[in-house]
Amino acid sequence: MTDKTKPILVVEELNVHYDTGKGPAKAVSDVSFSLLPGERLGLIGESGSGKTTMATALMRLTRAPGRIAGGSVKLDGRDILKMSTRELRETRLRDIALIPQGAMSSLNPVMRLEEQMIDAIVAHKPGMRRAELDARVQELLKNVGLAPEVARRYPHELSGGMKQRAAMAIATSLSPKVIVADEPTSALDVVVQRQVMQTLGRLQDGLGAAVVLIGHDMGLIAQFADTVGVMYAGKLVEIGPVRQMIESPKHPYTRLLVDSLPGIEVKRELTGIPGLPPPLVDLPPGCSFNPRCPLAFDRCVRETPLLQEVAPGQSAACHLYPEHAALPPLPPMTRAHQELRP
Amino acid sequence: MSKELLRYLLTRFGQLLLIIFVAVSINFIIPRLLPGDPVQTALARLQATGGAQNVDIQAVSAAYRAKYGLDAPILEQYFNYWLDLFQLDLGVSFANFPEKVSTMIGNALPWSVTLLAVATLIAFSVGSLLGARLAWPGSGRTIKSIVPLMMILTSIPFYLLAIILIYFFAVVLKWFPPAGGVDTTRIMRLDWATTEDILRHAFLPCLAIILGNVGFWALGMRSQMVSVLGEDYITFAEAKGLHPNRIFVWYGMRNALLAQVTALALSLGSVVSGAVLVEVIFNYPGLGSLLYVAIRGQDYFVIQGVVLMLIVSLAVLLFLVDLIYPLLDPRIRR
Repeated sequence: MTDKTKPILVVEELNVHYDTGKGPAKAVSDVSFSLLPGERLGLIGESGSGKTTMATALMRLTRAPGRIAGGSVKLDGRDILKMSTRELRETRLRDIALIPQGAMSSLNPVMRLEEQMIDAIVAHKPGMRRAELDARVQELLKNVGLAPEVARRYPHELSGGMKQRAAMAIATSLSPKVIVADEPTSALDVVVQRQVMQTLGRLQDGLGAAVVLIGHDMGLIAQFADTVGVMYAGKLVEIGPVRQMIESPKHPYTRLLVDSLPGIEVKRELTGIPGLPPPLVDLPPGCSFNPRCPLAFDRCVRETPLLQEVAPGQSAACHLYPEHAALPPLPPMTRAHQELRP
Repeated sequence: MSKELLRYLLTRFGQLLLIIFVAVSINFIIPRLLPGDPVQTALARLQATGGAQNVDIQAVSAAYRAKYGLDAPILEQYFNYWLDLFQLDLGVSFANFPEKVSTMIGNALPWSVTLLAVATLIAFSVGSLLGARLAWPGSGRTIKSIVPLMMILTSIPFYLLAIILIYFFAVVLKWFPPAGGVDTTRIMRLDWATTEDILRHAFLPCLAIILGNVGFWALGMRSQMVSVLGEDYITFAEAKGLHPNRIFVWYGMRNALLAQVTALALSLGSVVSGAVLVEVIFNYPGLGSLLYVAIRGQDYFVIQGVVLMLIVSLAVLLFLVDLIYPLLDPRIRR
């Protein structure tokens, strides 16, 4: 078995840029993290924070005008970004699999589900016989809670939740070591969301695979993940164990994200985070969050903060540390803040 | 599913019948609106060739009119027209009296059908494949450099292309015969010499149609393929670790072809009418040439027969495309 204390996935200084007329948009910049076998990492961020770009880069699926500008993604010690195309093809699905964001449109509309599943398996195990393949398809469908007859259907004959499950069945067909789930529940209603997340959890338990779950729903991610990473403007601004991240976030942005979660016990006015994320081609100097940060001081405008350990297992990229032991209380939001625009 | 499929088929078949009915009716009316009297024309030709000296033109004319039913009230003519159609009787040619129109069409049809089917099929498949490769990020620069050529080819009408081809390959290089479907001296037999002769004659017209159409298919396929390649299922197919060739054919082309087949159905009409011109230029013994000669000679029944033939075959082709389409796209099968 794999060593449970040795990371299965190590991402270092990953940079993904989109080339635009105004220079590169740094959708992912200097992101580093690692994942132990069986660990569940949740990556959370607003739209445009680089989450999906990151997910695709982990599988080297980045497409023009995007390009991976640097860094490494080591899967079991082998750098995905340096593999030959053949090696890469063999690694995809077998070692690292993607559960796509738009499961609605991720299935080929003109092929039966079983054909698409068999396609994936045969690409990696060319010698398998038809009977074995059929048996495997049935097993996979059962694992994700789909009825056997679904195999013969076309994607348009499946509901959104079924398509998402089908995509999960395909992603897990070769028992990968790492699963990258890119907002697997977007566009699904909450009931189906819950079912899909439960299925994902069950699959993950069964396979012992590590999961990178990407999303924007703090509640959903908090329920699923062991570790939570927060992305802002292409950077990882804080990462740590889920409980610590919720109970004592260290980065002001994480604090604001957690505070914006609606509670059931205490009815209060919903709060958001004033302002919008900065344009990625034109990031503010220093910390990208400084224009929206209620605690920003002069250093934040001059210097880009680096990720540093602020509590056991928890790191944040913020100039408040190591001077402060914990995040100071945020000042109440002023009217000026409410009207803030980047 | 089968019940819906049956209904789909019946609806389509009903449409086919309706198209044919309307076509036949229009086809009956149009030639009768043309200026000029076919009987007079036919007689004038007879006289000119010295076949009808010292004849009372008026009397002959009246006899002809009576014979062909042109004197009867228009509704009666229309009714008779339908009756004759059911007996596959399309009348008799004025110009080549007493040859039957059905025989003339029967002789011309195989030439046209073969030429058109082969040329269109080649143009469609080569064009679609080229277009798909043009959109594929993995293909080299050489293949991408043919885009301007394709654009030029689509913009040249193919009868013009035909003239250029005749000039170079038949007049200057003398590689291929400039006109006709077969050597005039040849006795048609089922042997290699005859086949070769037919193929040599068919080459240039076929090439003209292919060159004239290939750019259209290539450019259409390219834009379809570009949008298909942007779909999530292509990314997911890549994430599955599939071989690029498999993604190209089964995830890319397979989906891009849906729109191509629709375009094929829509453009069949212009393909056919374009081919008519090509036949005329190459003096190819098909329906196109037959129609052209008939129009010049105001050969009523031949015009009617050929046009009807064209319309009906178009309607049948469209019907066939409609039948094939659900096989290609499972979303239509309901």
